[in-house]
Order: sequence, then structure tokens, then C-alpha cells
Amino acid sequence: MAKRIDVSGLSAYYGSFRAIEDISMTVEPRTVTAFIGPSGCGKSTFLRTLNRMHEVTSGGRVEGKVMLDDENLYGPGVDPVAVRREVGMVFQRPNPFPTMSVFENVAAGLKLNGSYKKSELADIVEKSLKGANLWNEVKDRLNKPGSGLSGGQQQRLCIARAIAVEPKVLLMDEPCSALDPISTLAIEDLIGELKERFTIVIVTHNMQQAARVSDRTAFFNLAAVGQPGKLIEIDDTERIFSNPSVQATEDYISGRFG
Amino acid sequence: MDTSTEITDTPPPAPQPSVEQKRAARGATRPGDRIFLGLSRGSGIFLLVIMAAIAVFLTYRASLAISKDHGNFLTTFDWNTSIQPPSFGIAVLAYGTVISSIIAMVLAVPVAVAIALFLTHYAPRRLRGPIAYVIDLLAAVPSIVYGLWGALILVPHMNGLFGWLNDYLGWTGLFSWDQGAPRSMLTVGILLAIMILPIITNVSREVFRQVPQMHEEAALALGATRWEVIRMAVIPFGRSGVISASMLGLGRALGETMAVATVLSPDFLIHGSLLNPGGGTFAQNIASKFGEADEFGRDALIASGLVLFVITLLVNGAARMIIARRAEYSGANA
Amino acid sequence: MSHAAAVTDQRPSTLRGASLPKWSPWAIAAGSVAVSVGIGLAAGLDSKVQWGLIAGLIFLVATYGIAAGVEGRRQAKDRIATALVWVAFLVAVVPLVSLVWVTVSRGVKVLDIYFLTHSMGIVADSQPGGGIYHAIIGSLEQVGLATIIAAPVGILTAVYLVEYGRGGLSRAITFFVDVMTGVPSIVAGLFILSLMLIFNMEPFGFAGSLALAILMMPVVVRSTEEMLKLVPNELREASLALGVPKWRTILKVVLPTSIGGIVTGVMLAIARIAGETAPVLLLVFGNRFINNNPFEGAQQSLPLYIYQQYANSAGANAAYDRAWAASLTLIAFVMILNLAARAIARWKAPKTGR
Repeated sequence: MAKRIDVSGLSAYYGSFRAIEDISMTVEPRTVTAFIGPSGCGKSTFLRTLNRMHEVTSGGRVEGKVMLDDENLYGPGVDPVAVRREVGMVFQRPNPFPTMSVFENVAAGLKLNGSYKKSELADIVEKSLKGANLWNEVKDRLNKPGSGLSGGQQQRLCIARAIAVEPKVLLMDEPCSALDPISTLAIEDLIGELKERFTIVIVTHNMQQAARVSDRTAFFNLAAVGQPGKLIEIDDTERIFSNPSVQATEDYISGRFG
Repeated sequence: MDTSTEITDTPPPAPQPSVEQKRAARGATRPGDRIFLGLSRGSGIFLLVIMAAIAVFLTYRASLAISKDHGNFLTTFDWNTSIQPPSFGIAVLAYGTVISSIIAMVLAVPVAVAIALFLTHYAPRRLRGPIAYVIDLLAAVPSIVYGLWGALILVPHMNGLFGWLNDYLGWTGLFSWDQGAPRSMLTVGILLAIMILPIITNVSREVFRQVPQMHEEAALALGATRWEVIRMAVIPFGRSGVISASMLGLGRALGETMAVATVLSPDFLIHGSLLNPGGGTFAQNIASKFGEADEFGRDALIASGLVLFVITLLVNGAARMIIARRAEYSGANA
Repeated sequence: MSHAAAVTDQRPSTLRGASLPKWSPWAIAAGSVAVSVGIGLAAGLDSKVQWGLIAGLIFLVATYGIAAGVEGRRQAKDRIATALVWVAFLVAVVPLVSLVWVTVSRGVKVLDIYFLTHSMGIVADSQPGGGIYHAIIGSLEQVGLATIIAAPVGILTAVYLVEYGRGGLSRAITFFVDVMTGVPSIVAGLFILSLMLIFNMEPFGFAGSLALAILMMPVVVRSTEEMLKLVPNELREASLALGVPKWRTILKVVLPTSIGGIVTGVMLAIARIAGETAPVLLLVFGNRFINNNPFEGAQQSLPLYIYQQYANSAGANAAYDRAWAASLTLIAFVMILNLAARAIARWKAPKTGR
């Protein structure tokens, strides 16, 4: 089910400011790709262009192409709403809907798209919560507010909500940066399991995390503040962390800047 | 240290601060502190005294009037305070006050919520600020100006609408019309709706603006359309705020005096139709009858004002309870 | 890569639904206006309000129908919501714009220096001439006195609630301030009236001030409270840690930091009570002549003047003109207060403010 992402010549703008410039890369299905780089290098912006969340911000627009298998996300007549259905997203801070219960949170995306029978819905919710390694912890409190869970549980709830609609790709924007180490570990384990079913792209500030969870790693950098971010290189994670082909990558990874 | 001073509402002192700070925090060990605390606490108590005095004096004067009322104060369809024996009752006023406020709320709340959404989610970004600013200013337009506008501009324009309602909905009885001047409860309700629209819009807009971006993004990332984002993330989050905004508007509508007094042509009957002139509201009746009332007549009006006071207290209390009950699920502090 | 995309552009897609062109809402709007005009003319409906209602209704139905047919139910719902929100906005704009327009266009007719500097002393209500000088004097005195009473009490109460208040008393005050905010202005007027009846007093300006002060106090408490809460605790602690007594900390640190916001709140409260008519009607009674003394004898005030010009003139155009001109003056006064208050708020905003 997972799909390949193929980006070519992509630049993203906020108004007249160019946030990222001329990025091309391919993300294979059923892999985990990590984006690393210093703050402000545009990796989160780039991630958001992959499901057209970028244009939600005022003045946000894009040049270039993002192919999902063989369809351009920015082609004429493409509905951004449908794009986001195909390409799910998990955010930096856990954001379950505060007015909904655990169950309703997971079912939120499903309910948008037509009617499900009660039992059907319950099945999908259970499957999604199991898929997010959360079922055992919440099965007795499905009707309690989702905001009552711990931070790590909330983040897994958000993952369950995202995978319930069966997207082809899952984008994660620093999903662990607001979590404690144990919750982080739980999410990292989960990412390993989810890549059997989804194409996963994760932005992270934590290089150990990138090394632990990803198959491929992309390094982004910017020449100076105010300049657009650029993709420096993308390669197998092992290679990036042992023997990168660009000096800047090595400097960043070895902690010489950023 | 001796903590048994005259201040009873001081919290237990925190463990660390120095003696100096403790003294400062308790605020009554120096003459300056004592005077200042006395002044500010005195002001607070003064407010409580005023509230108590309002209740006591209104009740006292009202009792003078009600004890001599020959009719039933609650059910009499009349307001005759100058004849002997006097006979007056609030039935018509209570009905008119409630019905005009209901009309106003039914018309104003959905429109106000829609405008608030318009200003936060739909309007071109460049127009949002200026429009909100103008609506903010409109909320400050004095009610007498609305009253003047209502009487001289709105009333003549109601003829067409009334004829139309009579033609198509006259059979319900609620909308039948005898071609009289359209100075009726419906006109009053519409004018009240226009008056409370800016205030409800403003508060609702403020609430919708505070919906965290991340909730809306969560809905967007699930593939929600704009309307679905609003239904999933914005309205649930803002519901208690909208309720309190509406109650604020309701309070205004219930107590509005001049706008009703200028537009309504009152009598002391309950009319089945909203389109035929007649009826009255508490506040309007006080303003209209005050001029020719003697001392006893004024006491009778005070009695009706007391009822209005109690109604607004109940509405306020209800709003507060609704908000408190919703608070845990609203996520305002999540 | 690129030619693959070109080929696949022809294939059915999950991402691409049939969608209406960007101009379709305008087209539907234009169409529904045209149809409603047609219906209006054919049925001989003379009220433009009806035409507008019909146009709005047709627009909503057509939008839903067309969108549901072409794009599907979800998109149709989205479009209908958008349409409803726009229609609501436009419907609400009509009366509000009309109010402002009428007030300005009719108000300027007789509004001039003469109008601002003469009373109604020698003019009957149905005749042209006369002015609002006595009403302006009355309004300024009544509102000024109300402010002198309400502003200190309100600010001090807010200081108590924020800086000292814990426990039962402050909870009671908070609760009753909320309650007081909801007291209708006419009830405040009746309260003072009941006192005047007990002490057998005739109407005078200061009685109105007292009622206005009751209306003003809770507003000042609320806004001042908000402003004091914005002052960061670090500032208070820094001052207290220097050994400054609490009352001096409040006077020298807390209040100066939030003074801009407090002044703004007071000015907005003044703007609110300046337009109150009902209590003035009961307590100040109205006067055709200039009375500079708010402590004795009936006075006039601007809102009351508007009401009496409307109510006592039996439909004379001269009186209506004066009512509109007085309305314009009153609105101008309130708006200037509002704008000035906002300017002060922006200018004096504490760095920590929103």
C-alpha cells in the first residue's frame, strides 16, 4: 500500500521569502527517511510541502513537483484535502482533539469520509490503537478525554488517529521532541513496526534518533540566516553517519556546528 | 511568628521567604500597608454593599406597592396605578420581555457565530483586522441611537417583510398581521438582534481566534475540508465561549430600555401574533410609564424592575454554571 | 520522470476530484441575483429586503445542488458553509451600515456651531432651531462625576482582588462583580430612585451620576484586573526582595506598569455609560434650559435629549433632525473615546502584553 515519493526541483515560499530551494529526492516505499539539519534549515517546511500543509500558512506556496507514485501532488485540479488523506501527519506536540474522547479521536478521520457501522468503526479503532502500541493502555478508558493521557500516550494516540485512515505515507515532524526518554523509545519502536506498512518521513533534531530509526538520512543546511535551506545530501543512514560525502555533513554530525 | 492578625484570608506563608518578605506579603504590618489594604478591601466591600443595597431597597419599595395591589401582581393584564384601588401585574411584561429576547437570540446568535467564523476563517486576510475593528466600534454605539434608527428607519422597512410573512406564514397565527404599524414584538426582536450582534460577534471571534493552531492542523492533516476543520476543532473548542457571549447578549436584550421604548407601540395584552403591535417589556414599561407616575406608581414600576433584576441574575447564574460545567471538556487549559 | 507524469495525467486519480472552477461562486451569486430580480418583478414584490432574501435563498440552494452534483457531498457541505458564512456577513452588514450612514447623513444637516452652543430654552420641540449645549454640559458633568466615583473604587477593588485577594471575601467580590456587570441600566436607575423616594428628593444630575457609577464600576474592575494580571510576578518579587513595602510596590511598580491598560479600560467604560439613557430619564429628568449645577435641579443629557426629541415632538421633522444631529455628536464622542483608548493601549502596552 505504501507509495514512493519523488520530489524534483521543489522550492517553497512564505510570501516573497524563499524558505527552501530546489530540492530533489526520492523516498522509497516502506522505508524510514530522516531529515536532519540545524534549526531554520527548512526541513520542517519541506516536510509540510509533502502533504500540502505548507500552504495553510498565509502566503505559503510552492514551485516544483512532488510525485506520489505517479501523481503530482501539485498538479492541476488536485485537491489538497485528498492529498492529506493519502499523506498523514504527526506533529511536534501531541494534539489530540481536546473535546473528543480517545475513541472519537481515532475515529475522527474516518467519520469525515462517509458512514461506518458501529462495529466496523470499533474494529478499525482497535486495530489502529493496537498498531500504535496503545491499545493495552487505553482499552478501559476509550470514552475518557484524549487530553487526559500522558504526553507519550497522546502522541501515540495521534499516530493511531493518523494511521486509522490508512494513508500511504506518514510524515512525522519531530514527534519525540516534547516527550521524555521512555516515551521516545516507545515511539521509536513503533516507527520500526509502522514502516512495514507505510512510507515514513521523520524530521528530528536528535541525531542518535535518526541513526536508530531511519534507513536513509537527508541532511539540510542553509548558507546563512535569511537564505533558503538546501538539501546537502541524502544517503543510506549508515553511510551518512560513518562516511558522508560532503564535509558540511560530517561537521554537523560530529558536532562541529549547529 | 504570630500569624493571628486581623487578616483572615491570608494564605499560609511559604516556607522560604525572609521575615521581611513575609511581612510584605501579609501586607499589614506597616502603617502604609495597612492603609492601602484597608482602602482596597474597603472598595471591594463597598461593591458588595451596593449589590446588597440594590436588592434591599428595591424589595422594600416593591413591597410597598405590591401590598396595595388589588390585582394579582403576577397574572393581572393591566397596569393601573393611579386608580383606586390600584391594579397592576407583570404577566404581559414578562411575556414580552422573554419573547422579544428569544427572537433576538434566535436571529443574532447564528449570524454572530457565522460572522465570527467569517472573520477568523473565511474573509480575505487583509480585510479581517479592519472589519473586526469596525464591529468592535459598532458594539459601542449607544442603544438610544439604535432606538432612533429602529423607529425612523427600520419600522417603515418592515411593512414589506410583514406583508410577506402574513401571506405565506399567516396561517400559523404567529405571523398573521392586521396591517397595523409594524411596531410589534417581531420588530423589537429584530432591532435587539441587530443591537447585540456586534457584542456576540466580538466575543465569539476572540474565542475562535484562541483555538490553538495545532488542533486545526490536526484536522487538516486528516484530510478535513475547511468546514470540517471548523466542526471538529474550532466549534467544540469555542462552544463555552460562544455560550457566554450569547448570555452577555441575552442580558443586554432583556434589560434594553430605550430601543424598545422607541419602537414598540405598547398595550397590556398578550397577542398571539408577533406581527401585531402591542405588548410590552419590563424596561420599556418603566420608561414609558415613569413620566406620569406618582410616588405609588413609581413604587409599582420599581416592583417590576425588581422582577427584571431577578431574571437577569438567574440568566447570569445559569450562564456561569454552563461555562463551569463545560470547562473540564473545553480543553481551554489542556 | 517528467514524461511518466505526462502519461499518467490522463489516468483516473484518487487525488483529483471533479471540481468547480474558481469563479463558480460568483457565477452562482450573479445567477441567483438575476433570478430573484426576475421573481421580484414578476410577482410585484416591492420590498428590496424580500429580493435580497430570495436571492440569498436561491444562492444557497443552487450552491449546494451544483456542488453536490459535481464535487460530492463533503465538498458541497464545505461550499454551503462558506456560502452561509458570507451571506450572514452580508445580511448583518446591511443594517449596521445603514445605521452609520443614516446617522451621519441626517446628522450633518443641522449640526453646526450654533447647534453645539445653544440650548432648547426658547424653541418648541416642533420648531427648527435650538441646540444641545445644555445636554452636552449635563452629559459631561454627570459622566465626569460618575467617573470620579467609579474609577477609584473600581481600580482599588481590582488591586485588592489581584494583589491581596484570596479566600471567601475575594471570591464573593469576584462573583458579585460578575453579577453587577449584568445589571440592566434601568435597574440601577430604579435603585437610586428608591433612595430618592425615601428621602423625598427631586431629580438632579448627581443622582444620574450615582446610577452611572454603579454601571461603570464592574466594567472598570474587570478591565483593571486583566491588566494587573498581565504584570509579571518577577517584577513584584524583584521589588519586594529589595525590601520595598508591598503598598509601595503596588503604587510604584505594579500600577505604573499597567497604567496604559487601566486608562484604556476606564475610557471604554466612560464611553459605555455616556450613552446610557434609561437611568438618566428616571433620575435627571431632562431640562430644556442650561443647568450648570449637577447637584440641584433637573439637567439634560445627550442620550436623553435624543429620546425626548424623538418622543415629545409628534413627528416634527425639525425635532428628528435635532435627534440625528445629537446622535451623531454622541457617536462621535463615544468613538473618539474608543479610538483614543485604543491608541493609549497600543502606546503604553507593557512589553509582556499581548
